[in-house]
Amino acid sequence: MTKELMNKNDIDRALIRMAHEIIEKNKGTGKLCLVGIQRGGVHLAKRLASKIKLIEKKDIPVGSLDIAFYRDDLNIRKEQPIVRRTEIPFEVTDLKIILVDDVLFTGRSIRAAMDALIDMGRPASIQLAVLIDRGHRELPIKADYVGKNIPTALSESVEVNLVEEGAEDKVILEKAGKE
Amino acid sequence: MLTRKDLLGIKELSVEEINLILDTAAGFKDVLGRDIKKVPTLRGRTAVNLFFEPSTRTRTSFELAAKRLSTDVINFSVPTSSVVKGESLIDTALTVQALGADFIIIRHSSSGVPHLLAKKLKASVINAGDGTNEHPTQALLDAFTIREKKEKIEGLEIAIVGDIAHSRVAKSNIYCLKKLGAKIRLIGPPTLIPKELEMMDLDVFHNMEAGLKDVDVLMMLRIQMERQGRGFFPSTEEYSRNWGLTSERFSLAKDDVIVMHPGPMNRGVEITSEIADGPRSVILEQVTNGLAVRMAVMYLLSGMRK
Repeated sequence: MTKELMNKNDIDRALIRMAHEIIEKNKGTGKLCLVGIQRGGVHLAKRLASKIKLIEKKDIPVGSLDIAFYRDDLNIRKEQPIVRRTEIPFEVTDLKIILVDDVLFTGRSIRAAMDALIDMGRPASIQLAVLIDRGHRELPIKADYVGKNIPTALSESVEVNLVEEGAEDKVILEKAGKE
Repeated sequence: MLTRKDLLGIKELSVEEINLILDTAAGFKDVLGRDIKKVPTLRGRTAVNLFFEPSTRTRTSFELAAKRLSTDVINFSVPTSSVVKGESLIDTALTVQALGADFIIIRHSSSGVPHLLAKKLKASVINAGDGTNEHPTQALLDAFTIREKKEKIEGLEIAIVGDIAHSRVAKSNIYCLKKLGAKIRLIGPPTLIPKELEMMDLDVFHNMEAGLKDVDVLMMLRIQMERQGRGFFPSTEEYSRNWGLTSERFSLAKDDVIVMHPGPMNRGVEITSEIADGPRSVILEQVTNGLAVRMAVMYLLSGMRK
């Protein structure tokens, strides 16, 4: 059973609000950069960058980060995760990094992403922006900017579909399968 | 995904598996360009380099690849080991496994040794060269380098020049590049090109000038000095005169040709220094790419031993 949680307009409005919040909290775009976690987070980071540009008329650098090398479950997974490119074409040291992901769940991906970023330099700060926070944290991690909070059961799953991946912009909740 | 425990040869890999290894290697190459060139991916694992034949570059490359993945490495080289006291191959390997090895990287002068060990061991066995059979990671790093430089492999004219009969590098490369859709030609004297390869739908040239025409990629092989005087070719000088890559001959290939060599080079024999150090040479990039490819292989194989 599935339920639509956000449509195209909902996603767009949430991103516009998050862009405003990012600028407000950081008092402008100085020393700011966006890093998206592969894959969904990369598209959202690019969208946030273009929203910020509309508001502030400034380009901010965007990078992509793959966390496969830093996962904590490599010893227990059945198969190794696909490795995608990490492209961060700027020095992270002294920058304020906004880490972007589609869904915040256990927090383990974010822990891996922070370790990866810190291996690349010493950022001034790392803040977290997510489109969906579905709860069930297993680590002490909290998002600074949230598109939508959605209480979920552990048995449910949240799917973020984006046009960049050839789908329609949509967030879907899938309930555990009693067909 | 890679559904095998061992990497024994290219012959048994599918196109999808080869492409998965190359795509994964691209991710590891990103890491090698950073200040901190190390990731925690395979923390707590142990790799053993079990080399029954001399090697500096391949052994060093595997050692560094393992270290970049945070895996501990032991080098087990033959002259200092119990092998000189007469320990059998399998006993040596079982001993190494009992020490806790997750990866056993083996080079041996007999073809098929890695395959034998793979059957006997729980650890992942990686073939680092067996006799005249295969040297799979060399072929993968060559394919990675070609793909990076030419942005594709399918349809390219690739020439392999020299002692193909005794070259495991040539054999692995032929399997690999053929699977990826390249057109392969072999260039060398008839004594050094085995008849069974001629039947594999490859073009064979016994004349260097004719073979070099319109080539996109030129892979030079090392002339194995240890084989001199066994009647395969009259002398090094004569070999160099007929099959050496000189500037005049080089001008017959395409303008954007790339030149590769697995090393170690015999400068002035199979290749002149002018070309080896020149703008079309990717020989040192092959070495760097070897690290990324070997990291990818260890990463992907480590998923299968549970």
